[in-house]
Amino acid sequence: MASDTRDVVVDAAKFAVPRATVSAAGDQSAPGAAIDTQTIGQVTVQDPVMTARQVSVHYGAKKAIADVNIDIGRNSVIAFIGPSGCGKSTFLRCLNRMNDTIAAARVSGTITLDGKDIYDRSEDVVQLRARVGMVFQHPNPFPKSIFENIAYGPRIHGLAPTRADLDEIVQTSLRKAGLWDEVKDRLDQPGTGLSGGQQQRLCIARAIAVDPEVILMDEPCSALDPVATARVEDLIDELRQNYAIVIVTHNMQQAARVSQRTAYFHLGNVIEVGSTNQMFTNPRHKLTEDYITGRFG
Amino acid sequence: MNNTNNATPFETRGQRTQRLVAASLKRRYRAELRFRTYGIVAVTLGLLFVVVLFSTIISKGIGAFKQAYVTLDVTYSAADIAPDGKLAPADLAQGDYEAVVKAALRNRFSDVTERDEKRKLYGLLSNSADTILRDRVVKNPQLIGTTERVALLASDRVDLVVKGRISQNTPEADRTVSDLEFGWIQALLAEHRLKEQFNTGLFTHGDSREPEQAGILGALVGSMLTLLVTVCLSLPIGVAAAVYLEEFAVRNRYTDFIEVNINNLAAVPSIVFGLLGLAVFIQFFGLPRSAPIVGGLVLTLMTLPTIIIASRAALKAVPPAIRQAAFGMGASPVQMVTHHVLPLAMPGILTGAIIGMARALGESAPLLMIGMVAFIADVPRALSDSATVLPVQIYLWSSSSEQAFVERTSGAIIVLLIFLLLMNALAMILRNRFERRW
Ligand SMILES: Nc1ncnc2c1ncn2[C@@H]1O[C@H](COP(=O)(O)OP(=O)(O)OP(=O)(O)O)[C@@H](O)[C@H]1O
Ligand SMILES: [Mg+2]
Repeated sequence: MASDTRDVVVDAAKFAVPRATVSAAGDQSAPGAAIDTQTIGQVTVQDPVMTARQVSVHYGAKKAIADVNIDIGRNSVIAFIGPSGCGKSTFLRCLNRMNDTIAAARVSGTITLDGKDIYDRSEDVVQLRARVGMVFQHPNPFPKSIFENIAYGPRIHGLAPTRADLDEIVQTSLRKAGLWDEVKDRLDQPGTGLSGGQQQRLCIARAIAVDPEVILMDEPCSALDPVATARVEDLIDELRQNYAIVIVTHNMQQAARVSQRTAYFHLGNVIEVGSTNQMFTNPRHKLTEDYITGRFG
Repeated sequence: MNNTNNATPFETRGQRTQRLVAASLKRRYRAELRFRTYGIVAVTLGLLFVVVLFSTIISKGIGAFKQAYVTLDVTYSAADIAPDGKLAPADLAQGDYEAVVKAALRNRFSDVTERDEKRKLYGLLSNSADTILRDRVVKNPQLIGTTERVALLASDRVDLVVKGRISQNTPEADRTVSDLEFGWIQALLAEHRLKEQFNTGLFTHGDSREPEQAGILGALVGSMLTLLVTVCLSLPIGVAAAVYLEEFAVRNRYTDFIEVNINNLAAVPSIVFGLLGLAVFIQFFGLPRSAPIVGGLVLTLMTLPTIIIASRAALKAVPPAIRQAAFGMGASPVQMVTHHVLPLAMPGILTGAIIGMARALGESAPLLMIGMVAFIADVPRALSDSATVLPVQIYLWSSSSEQAFVERTSGAIIVLLIFLLLMNALAMILRNRFERRW
């Protein structure tokens, strides 16, 4: 029994201004009917590391996500699933303000990290990204040596005062990412010379080298083969001991395997949030059920 | 719906496809052959032009790297050099070395007695012979009273005869070298006293009115100083502008306007930049005329658009994933640029810069406008000294009436081409060496 999550169907209504929906409950997927955009399920958790309230993102005039409310729990994995273009990546990028780098993007609402608004003027985006790391869909190591890839973050954030500290950080990060044994003899060789799976683990090692609190992963296995995928999934499961992890995935089995909570996104709205177990065995929303069972998306 | 369509009893579907494709294939092959032929013809023509250009310039100019010298037994008579017996360097420099040279020539051709003929005889040597002897004596006063063999620079006409550019077969009235002089030259040649040597003077002298003494050092140094100014200004400014436009500037009407104007600037004829330089740098800011500093400023204006455009292309070629990775690690925009994007774009930027510099090195029109076209014998020592540059030197020599300058012109062109080829080779090496696959 997940005691750290509360069932908050009613709570969700507190954040979301209920909008008039023409559809009656039960036929949300009827053609032409507006979707009930109110999130159902367990939006909040006890002692969340991050919270998002009423988060909307516009790209120019186009609304990409609307009124997203969700909590990210400590030491657990939350999976974002949903059809293509529904705004999973967009929301993920809000969590470490990567949307700042997209000129057209406008973010509204509140997102907190340990209770502090990350979009506050006094918040420094550099500090935020040191605390909320990111792993991208395609492995993107720097075209530098393996060592330099890992050392880059600690170096720019001043986390390693001495060379010995830096060596230590590089080694532990690679160990945590399960890559140490494969690369310990060639730390000075380019990171781009590794295989795709190794590169992705290198990117994970790079992200954990600055010891973040949250790691965001946007489809981290979509470019990997099943063996490499399995390794990354094992890694995510281990990392859960120390980090909060948010993973976007199109792979239902993967979401089921690695995550404790799942959020279903649909056309810019979070339709349902809940424990992964419940979502996959007993989805409450028709859209969630259709998507999970493969009737949609 | 295509399954049954068009299959006649006489021809199966497969046969029909084969027939139609075969017909179209023939057409395609013909078109391809035609295209290949055009390509080969174009490339061959291009190569042919290059070969013709290079071979004419080399055959015309290779002689400029050799120069005729006359070896004479020179007697440093004390009566001419130090008539009053004072041996201080300042006194020695006052000596009558022309008399020494003349004596040496008379000594070799003792049968020449007539005044007119003597003058012709002295004309075999370049007028720099006495300064060469003076320098030797001032450096080593012990030479006074002794006789030594010295190779002295021959005059340009003798040089032309030795190189076969003046032939005795043409009627005497039509050539600048008389039969008498031909006789002397042949005599000297027979004794191996008249020889061609590598023309070091070409690389160690500035310009001169005497073709045999004229060198390209002044123009070469002028070119280097000018390019130094150009590099030091256009590379940092160009890269900074490109980085700002590519990585920081928000895309809006103003940046679009700037972009269009940079592209337009790249197409502005170079002479216009010369006029601008004349009006702004010389007339308004009062910088000296004919100076490498002004030349460099003008060429900076000319090269900037090239460097900006090349740098922006190089920056654009850096994959966005690298920027995302850097931002994701918490790098600031400046760190993202200086740590990751700029190093990756550097080979492309440098290639563009070198090509821009090569263009600047070969440029003459804008420099004519700011007065770098004067006759300047001294090698420039500072950015504000009067100077000229290689292409302008070529232009100056090519418009000279003396036959001996024709060869020098081509010789200078060869030197310029060598520098341009070296720069292009450097650009190519940089490109290949640092080319990255990501
Ligand atoms: N940089 C951008 N500029 C403009 N519109 C964008 C941009 N990025 C995303 N969008 C739009 O925002 C919406 C959400 O995109 P997003 O990338 O978040 O979807 P997603 O759920 O991650 O999809 P996928 O599963 O295919 O990755 C889409 O309609 C997309 O077209
Ligand atoms: Mg996405």
